[in-house]
Parts: sequence; C-alpha cells; structure tokens
Amino acid sequence: MADAEAIAVQSVWRGGEHPYSIGSKKLGMWLFIISDALTFSALLMAYTYVRLSTPDWPKPFIFNPSIIFSTIMTVCLLSSSLTMVMAVHSMNHGNRGATVKWILATMVFGLGFVGLHLTEWLKLIYTEHVTIFSNEWGVPLFGGTFFALTGLHMTHVIIGVIYLGIIAFAVGRGKFKYEDVEVSGLYWHFVDLVWMFIFPLVYLMSARI
Amino acid sequence: MSNHSDAAVEHVGGTTQSFITVWVALLALTGVEVFLAYEQLPTLIMLTALMGLSVIKAALIIGYFMHLKFEKFSLFLTLFPMLVLCILLMMIFMPDSIRAMIMRVQ
Repeated sequence: MADAEAIAVQSVWRGGEHPYSIGSKKLGMWLFIISDALTFSALLMAYTYVRLSTPDWPKPFIFNPSIIFSTIMTVCLLSSSLTMVMAVHSMNHGNRGATVKWILATMVFGLGFVGLHLTEWLKLIYTEHVTIFSNEWGVPLFGGTFFALTGLHMTHVIIGVIYLGIIAFAVGRGKFKYEDVEVSGLYWHFVDLVWMFIFPLVYLMSARI
Repeated sequence: MSNHSDAAVEHVGGTTQSFITVWVALLALTGVEVFLAYEQLPTLIMLTALMGLSVIKAALIIGYFMHLKFEKFSLFLTLFPMLVLCILLMMIFMPDSIRAMIMRVQ
C-alpha cells in the first residue's frame, strides 16, 4: 500500500487515482460550475443576438436610479466575494468563529443584492410597464430576455444565500471541514462571475444617455 | 474516500493582501465599464470593449477568488478549453443577428 502511494506521488499526475489533487466534492462543484456556465453563456448569447438584431432596442436604464443601483449591486457582489474568500481563508487556519462571521457578511451582501434587484424589477414592472410578453416600446423580447436572464441569476443568488446559511450554521456547531466551506465559496464566486457579464451586457449596453 | 478528501484539503492559495488587491482591481474595472457606457461609441465597439473588460474581471475572480491559479494545471486544462470552445461555437449565430437587423431596417 505504501509503495502504491509512493508511486502515485512520484507519477506525473501526482496523485495517481486523484489526478487533480482535489477532493471529490470540489471536483463535483467545478463540473457543476462549468455546466452552469454553459447555460448562462447560451442565455447571454441569445440576449446578445436579440439585442444586435433589434435596431430600436429600448434603453430604459437611466443613470439615477437604474445604473447607480446596478453598480451598487455589482459592488455588493464583488465585496461578498471578498468576504467569502476571507471565510475560506479563516477556515483554512482553523478559525471557525471568524469563518461564520465572514460567511454572515457574505450573506448580508447577497441579500442586499437581491433587495436592490427586486426594487429594480418592481420599478420596471410598475413604472415602465415591462412584462415578459410586452412593453410600451413595442419590443416584447426585451422583457422576455431581461427577466429570464436576471431571474435565473437572482435564483442562483437566493439559493447561494440559503446554501451559505446552512454552511455557517454547521461550521458554527463544529461540523463540516475546510473543503465544504471552500466548495460553497466556489459556488458563490461563480454567481459573482456571472453577474460580471450580465451587468455590462444588460444594464450598461441599455443605459439611456 | 474520506482519506482522499482529508489529504486534498491541505491547500492554501493567496494572502489577505492579494485578495484585497484583486477586489480593488475589480472595483476599478467596474468603474471603467460604467465610464465607457456613457461614451458615444458604436454598439459593436462598445460590446467588444465591455466584454473584454468582463473577461479580465472573470479571470481575476477565477484565478484568485476561486483559487484556480493555485490548483494543478491539469484541472484548468480539463475544465476551461472545453468551455471556451463551446462558447466560441455559440458565437456562430452572431453574424446572423446583423443580417436580421439589416432585414428589419429594409
């Protein structure tokens, strides 16, 4: 057994049967992230196709409040990624108390993002009369693509907040290991990553100048 | 399997200072994006510039926050070339969007 492990360590794959030298949970999350990235890529491509093929695409996002709100939402997600990476860092050093605090900070930023996003949605629905099927500008695909893209992303954020809540609760009770926190962090960073494409494509490209 | 997980978790990537530096860089790039949105640029040039900046931001997040920079290169090779290829293949539809726009204008 010891010989087999020694051979595995010396091999070019450094790990033998575990070629990536990471745990199965982490590899599973990476594979999920790649498949989810393809889903969002397809939606973003569809949005871009419709955006480019429609000459009179509506530009409902005025600077105050829409662009300011969406920029603050971006800052919220970027800051939540920083707090999440600090949570992973703390867990790696065995500091469970700090890990829970950093995860809770991440959840606060996530909830802030959801709150601002819902405000933006309600403004569009009640002030601009945008629905999934129609709007005042005669470009029904605007609402369909906007709500599908941002709705799927917001669903990911809400699931992420619940996921982090479970992780924080378990870590606080002395359960779960470093890898579990790191895997939840991977998911959260991915949610942040997707927004880095939605924000410019959906909001900034449709900013009313 | 549990032994495997325990052995795999001993993994440290990045320092607090590097995380804060990346965060500041991401905020700065976001500021540049908002600034560009209010420049009078043609749609395609604007799209290219904003997506270029987004790719840089994505690389920073994946490399530092998701720790991929500190993982084995084989993990990157397994995951990302396939993803990039699939995304590039999706772009095959994009020229058709310009054709559709010209047809609508005519």
